[in-house]
Amino acid sequence: MANMAGGGNVQYAERPRSMKKSFGKLALFLKPYLIPMIVALLCAVAATVFNIISPDRIGRITALITEGLMSPDGIDLAQIGQIGLSLVIMYGCCAVFGYAQGWIMTTITQRACNRFRKAISRKINRLPLKYFDTRSYGDVLSRVTNDVDMIGQTLNQSLSQMVTAVTMIVGLLIMMFITSWQLAIVAVATVPVSIILVLIIVSISQKYFKQQQNYLGAINGHIEEVFSSHNVIKAYNAEDKMINTFDGINRRIYGSAWRAQFLSGMMQPIMTFVGNLGYVGVCIVGGIIAIQNGDVTFIGVITSFMIYVRLFSQPLTQFSQVANTMQSTMAAAERVFDFLEEEEMSDESGMTAKLDSVKGDIRFEHVNFGYVPGKIIIHDFNVDIKAGQKVAIVGPTGAGKTTLVNLLMKFYDVTSGEIYIDGVPVSSLTRANVHDLFGMVLQDTWLFEGTIRENLTYGKEGISDDTLNKVLKATGLEHFVKTLPHGLDTVLDDNTNISQGQRQLLTIARAMVENAPMLILDEATSSVDTRTEILIQQAMDNLTHGRTAFIIAHRLSTIKNADIILVMKDGNIIEQGNHAQLMEKGGFYADLYNSQFDQAEEE
Amino acid sequence: MIRILKNFKWYYWLMLALMLLIIVGQVQLDLIVPEYMSQIVSLVTTPGSEMSEIWRVGLIMIACAFGSLVCTVLASFIAARMAAGFAELLRDKVFRKVESFSMNEINKFSTASLITRCTNDVQQIQTFITIGLRLLITAPIMAIGAIVKMSGKSGELTLLTFAGVLVIVVFVLFIYIVAVPRFKSIQKLTDRINKVTRENLTGLRVVRAYNAEAYQEEKFDKANTAVTKTYLFVNRVLSLMQPVMQIVMNGLSLGIVWLGATLINANVLELPTMMSFTMYSMQVILSFLMLIMVFIFMPRASVSSKRINEVLSTKNIINDPETPAADTGIKGELEFRNVSFKYPDGDGYVLKDISFKAEKGQTFAIIGSTGSGKSSLLNLIPRFYDVTEGEVLVDGVNVKEYRQEELHDKIGYVPQKAVLFSGTVDSNLRFGKEDATREELAKAVKIAQANNIIEKKGYGGNVAQGGQNMSGGQKQRMSIARAIVKNPEIYLFDDSFSALDYKTDRLLREAINKNIKDATNIIVAQRIGTIKNADRILVLDDGRVVGDGTHEELLANCSVYQEIAHSQLSKEELANG
Repeated sequence: MANMAGGGNVQYAERPRSMKKSFGKLALFLKPYLIPMIVALLCAVAATVFNIISPDRIGRITALITEGLMSPDGIDLAQIGQIGLSLVIMYGCCAVFGYAQGWIMTTITQRACNRFRKAISRKINRLPLKYFDTRSYGDVLSRVTNDVDMIGQTLNQSLSQMVTAVTMIVGLLIMMFITSWQLAIVAVATVPVSIILVLIIVSISQKYFKQQQNYLGAINGHIEEVFSSHNVIKAYNAEDKMINTFDGINRRIYGSAWRAQFLSGMMQPIMTFVGNLGYVGVCIVGGIIAIQNGDVTFIGVITSFMIYVRLFSQPLTQFSQVANTMQSTMAAAERVFDFLEEEEMSDESGMTAKLDSVKGDIRFEHVNFGYVPGKIIIHDFNVDIKAGQKVAIVGPTGAGKTTLVNLLMKFYDVTSGEIYIDGVPVSSLTRANVHDLFGMVLQDTWLFEGTIRENLTYGKEGISDDTLNKVLKATGLEHFVKTLPHGLDTVLDDNTNISQGQRQLLTIARAMVENAPMLILDEATSSVDTRTEILIQQAMDNLTHGRTAFIIAHRLSTIKNADIILVMKDGNIIEQGNHAQLMEKGGFYADLYNSQFDQAEEE
Repeated sequence: MIRILKNFKWYYWLMLALMLLIIVGQVQLDLIVPEYMSQIVSLVTTPGSEMSEIWRVGLIMIACAFGSLVCTVLASFIAARMAAGFAELLRDKVFRKVESFSMNEINKFSTASLITRCTNDVQQIQTFITIGLRLLITAPIMAIGAIVKMSGKSGELTLLTFAGVLVIVVFVLFIYIVAVPRFKSIQKLTDRINKVTRENLTGLRVVRAYNAEAYQEEKFDKANTAVTKTYLFVNRVLSLMQPVMQIVMNGLSLGIVWLGATLINANVLELPTMMSFTMYSMQVILSFLMLIMVFIFMPRASVSSKRINEVLSTKNIINDPETPAADTGIKGELEFRNVSFKYPDGDGYVLKDISFKAEKGQTFAIIGSTGSGKSSLLNLIPRFYDVTEGEVLVDGVNVKEYRQEELHDKIGYVPQKAVLFSGTVDSNLRFGKEDATREELAKAVKIAQANNIIEKKGYGGNVAQGGQNMSGGQKQRMSIARAIVKNPEIYLFDDSFSALDYKTDRLLREAINKNIKDATNIIVAQRIGTIKNADRILVLDDGRVVGDGTHEELLANCSVYQEIAHSQLSKEELANG
């Protein structure tokens, strides 16, 4: 029932590619909990057994009552009391075992989910950037939350339900056939009837659920698109057009929604009806047997059977539910495992070379690179950069300027050729080592939730307040931080009012604190006011001072002052040199430069 | 919850009444069954009964069960149609309402929230009506029916049944009080996990560049531990549910038989009555369980219905005039008269006392830093928002005196964030003019420098939702072409060249100047290069006009303009330019 509220699509479960494989992997993952799991399952069996034996006792009480009515001594209340007491104990045990089972399974499931989440979070940091550059964050996020939650909600139930159901069916069959084989046959005869009916209904309703799901997806997409572009739709008077499209899908949803709801709503009544048939059947046949044999106490058997029949319908419904949830669980598990099994970054444990302090010479030698195998975008790139030089990377939007950053930071490995830092090939250095050598300031001014201090010292220990204050001064943030309620220990989160420019300055300060010998800078294009822009420029100048710096440049002064300009187009570096050389060459750079600052040709 | 039902169509009430009748019938049939059962019991326990009697009673029981089935199926048929129909109706109402909103109302709710209201919230109501409403009707009828049947038969056993009900109610209350607050915190903790993960993902490059993986992981572990702890607690409490329910039901059965034995022995109760009692008491318990289920459902549905009601009952701030102004015959003229503006729930003025007039065919630029009010100024022209003070006039008529549709026809708006709509390249270009000819499209595409998009994709090329399968620059050029196809009197470019590289930016402006001479261009920009050649430039700072003139004039006498220029162009560029 609780599932139903989540969008009304209980009947339509997503299927995993391979149920068996996911199940195997999940089983392996759960192996550490094998012993408690066995205990839990034993508890489930025990609870079920008590549950099954008890109707027999109730039947005996009824029989005793009937006997008592016939005999002159009246009812044997003492014996009934004895049986009653034994039942009280049984029910008690049943509850205790039942709860123990639930407790253990819950614990196992949640611990497993905890491990799943942890594994995913670790995995995120071990996957190459390539993985994330080709996928949306939402995809990974939904594995950490939705998929793991799905496993958490269903695993617990489905495992124990399955065991309970199997025990129940086997136990009930035994009990029923022992008590009265004739009545047992009547009760069991109803099973195939209900199974067939359920299968028919499911196969029809599944179709409509799927349809409904598709239409709902379509309408959600439409709504999202329309609502988020409200101003454009208004300005183009397109409201009616949008409403028309909407109405079309909405109508179709109605058609499939009511059919799906109706058909799945039939399930319960039909099961109840078949259960009732069994019930009445037991009454009739039991009655006939009793009268034929003249055995009045057979009423006890009938009483027990009435409970058996009621119990018997339970595991059957459970089976169909479990089959459904298991499918969703496995599909979720499959997505989680898919992620956990993605290929990780190459192992670096064998790398011994380590650069601690460097001058900052960088040399690219015959570097070729492509994101996709067989599609080289950087062709035979050579450049020799001396320590302390400024390198400007320029080119139109989408020319692949970040590719160079990716290579320098070893986020991606070169396809062939080599990059040298102070003469040491980068391929012989660990990624962590390379990262330590570069400071990095990107355009998207990423700050994380934490105090300003944490944001500045990010991941480093033992940075003194003195250093921090110096940096704040150099970035012009001193005043800003002073006005904050807790100074350096002010927590930055969604509620902190901090401008885009201040964010940018903080990322610059962070790079200053890191104090790496080389730098990668992405100049912000816009979205800060002029005064802040000047502040940022000054801070960046302070930062680059004395360091080898790669600057993705948008500002002309930066470009013109650079020692080397790398001009990029369509992923490749097509020209290099300083401003004067490139202008003289009259190539792509000269063209780009002129188009920006020349007067537009007058009519 | 009740208020949402005001949207019911009249025949829904009829359907509801019919459903009620059918359910009463169903419950009646269900309640007769135990009576026949006790007849069978007395037949069996009375020596010398006829077998045919048992058959007769048995067949009646089957007939009752079948009748009950038919009733249930009918009821669920009605419920399903009603629920799906009502959902359709609500979805439609919400969607139309939102379409009539101005940006004021949209921002009041936020787009994301409106989307949820139109999708998930409606779905919640549908689910509640299909399942909840039926349970809500069935449960009391069943409980009352069973209690009526029990009454007068045995006070002791009735009391026992009530005791069982009491235990269940108390227990559910206990669970509710203990678990529900934690339940709510689970949502928050999950959000926290989401947030930490998102942070790590969006900052992936920085995290790695600073070798700060361990720091992020530690943060994640904290969130993970917190959520696991709460989940453990809640689920352990919820695990109590099933064993306790079982023990109550079983205990009740046993209690009835045990107590029944004593009562029968004392000759105050008959065996068949006791047998039917077992069934009635189960039905009472069952109906209470149903009610509990409804109460678990109800809060979600009632929150949803409240959220939908909020949308439907919102009064639109911007409306069409009753008598639109007549056409003045003027074309392409735009004037601001002493316009001041603040957002409805904002505290300060975003624009203060702005006056200017743009003539037909002029290129009129507005520049200023972020937050200076440029985009807000532009938003007043198509009446996305209404001015707080002053007047905006298009073609000599106050924009408030146009029907919005008429006003929008005059305007070619190109938003800051270019968005396209799912469909084809062709359908996107025709967005503002359904019947445009192929030549008109081709011309617009050419001006917008979007030729290579057509070459690559063709007019039939597929455009994904929001234009996600195109780059920012492509989308921007497409959205410019879309405006040109419309052939408006006034173009509004809201920083629409920002995703273009300098060269395309220049080519595009040249093409616009060359080909669209009649129209008035209002350009909001951040780059000096984009607007240098405008006929007139308005410089905004903090919502006020601080400069007004041509590039050269402003460069000479407007300090804010100079600052902007210096940050973007080097000194010699400015001198030579």
